[in-house]
Amino acid sequence: MEMAYFIETIIKIVVVLLIFSALAGIGTYFERKVLAFMQRRLGPVNVGPFGLLQVAADGIKLFTKEDIVPTNVVSRVFKIAPVITAATAFMAAAAIPFLPSFTLFGYEVHPIVADINIGILYILGIMGVGLYGPLLAGMASANKFSLLSAARGAAVFISYEVITGLSILAPIMMVGSLSLIDFNQYQSSGITSWIVWSQPVAFVLFWIAAFAETGRTPFHLIANDHEIIDGFGTEYSGMRWGLFFIGEYANMFFISFVISILFLGGYGDGSFLGALGLLGKVAFFFFFFLWTRAAWPDVRPDQLMWLCWKVLMPIAVLNILITAIVMM
Amino acid sequence: MFEAIAFYLFAFLTITMFYIAVTTSQALYALSSLAAGMIFISAFFFILGADFLGAVQIVVYSGAVMALYAFGMMFFDTTRDVKEKQGNKAIILGLSILSAILIVVIVSAPIVGNNIEAFYPMTEGAGNVQEVGMVLFTKYLVPFEVAAVMLLVAMVAGIVLAGKKMDLSLTLMTEAEILMMKEEDKNKKALS
Repeated sequence: MEMAYFIETIIKIVVVLLIFSALAGIGTYFERKVLAFMQRRLGPVNVGPFGLLQVAADGIKLFTKEDIVPTNVVSRVFKIAPVITAATAFMAAAAIPFLPSFTLFGYEVHPIVADINIGILYILGIMGVGLYGPLLAGMASANKFSLLSAARGAAVFISYEVITGLSILAPIMMVGSLSLIDFNQYQSSGITSWIVWSQPVAFVLFWIAAFAETGRTPFHLIANDHEIIDGFGTEYSGMRWGLFFIGEYANMFFISFVISILFLGGYGDGSFLGALGLLGKVAFFFFFFLWTRAAWPDVRPDQLMWLCWKVLMPIAVLNILITAIVMM
Repeated sequence: MFEAIAFYLFAFLTITMFYIAVTTSQALYALSSLAAGMIFISAFFFILGADFLGAVQIVVYSGAVMALYAFGMMFFDTTRDVKEKQGNKAIILGLSILSAILIVVIVSAPIVGNNIEAFYPMTEGAGNVQEVGMVLFTKYLVPFEVAAVMLLVAMVAGIVLAGKKMDLSLTLMTEAEILMMKEEDKNKKALS
């Protein structure tokens, strides 16, 4: 029994790892195509049909590029930083139910690696650990711009972690559980039972904070765009840089899953249609990340802090208070 | 079997990490291994079935060590070794071993002496979070509230100490006003 469970878990881990590493690569293709469409360019067209093999070409380039460790860096920390970003992104995925449970060859499969009853807390905690990647990379790089970007990134992440935590608290009070599966069950009786209708404020706050958590464009301060420098990743080359990339894109997918399950009903009643619905919602949120990147410029760091502490945090606290009063 | 493997693995990792944190003279190594050690400790909570405490351990300590990194960034060039003043090594070694043994004895003496049993046995059907909540809001309500008040005091104090020009916003000021403010600051420094 224990052995079967062990093997099942290993298989699930490998499947999640493979699918989402591949999706990270394909995600870059979609990002280029969507941005190109919105900016009236063509995007990748030369390699393969519709430029689809561009992903493979990029992969080959990343894997075969020389791995340079500059002279003055703190080499061990420098080498381990990209691994932290990628590893924590996938560790967070352990508590996400990707699909409703289904039967395969007479064996019931739960597409969740570990159904711990504190799912959402675990996911947020591990995603919080993920910011050690950029921070360590910036501090170990012996490069002023990397250090600047690390400091800025840490400030943004720490501030927006408050918003994530506070905004999620009101739905948790309603559901009375921290498990994502319980969240799904709570909303399984159709569109009208989705938490987004009863907690629209929390939904918007969490969505905004998701952009900061993944470091996507309106809050893309970890890359120093205005100094025309790539921030914490400046000194990296080859696959080490690629790991940062995989981590970022995997995080985007996982946070899309979390938003869909928390606020938009997840996979609903667990039917095939519900599963397709979940994938559709995830695809929409992923597309929205790209859409925002095409439509909005980056905000300034001081505006970001102002938004976090003077606007979003009071709203989040008020939301919790009102929810508590209504529930009493 | 898996529990035993996990326990020994994480025990080894935790001790190694804290050993590095103590012995290295490189600030970045020390901070990173401290953070790693703190996160590995959460594995013990997970092994014991205290999922909630494990996750809280990760959330709290990863944030706390982050603040240490900020200090490291401010005070050191973290890519260089720190020259430490070291006194008599024998005394340091002796004292630290003595205090370690003392802590183990102090903590384990009541366990051995009284055969401690859990005051609040697990409630059937209640999850980890509910268990913690029940104990926290019945038996330990007063310490919990006192801790909350203390945190509030610390927060207010922090805002007062840090927020000298909180009513001003560089975003909303014009260039001329910012220049005027800088001039005033210079004059104040010259006077004092």
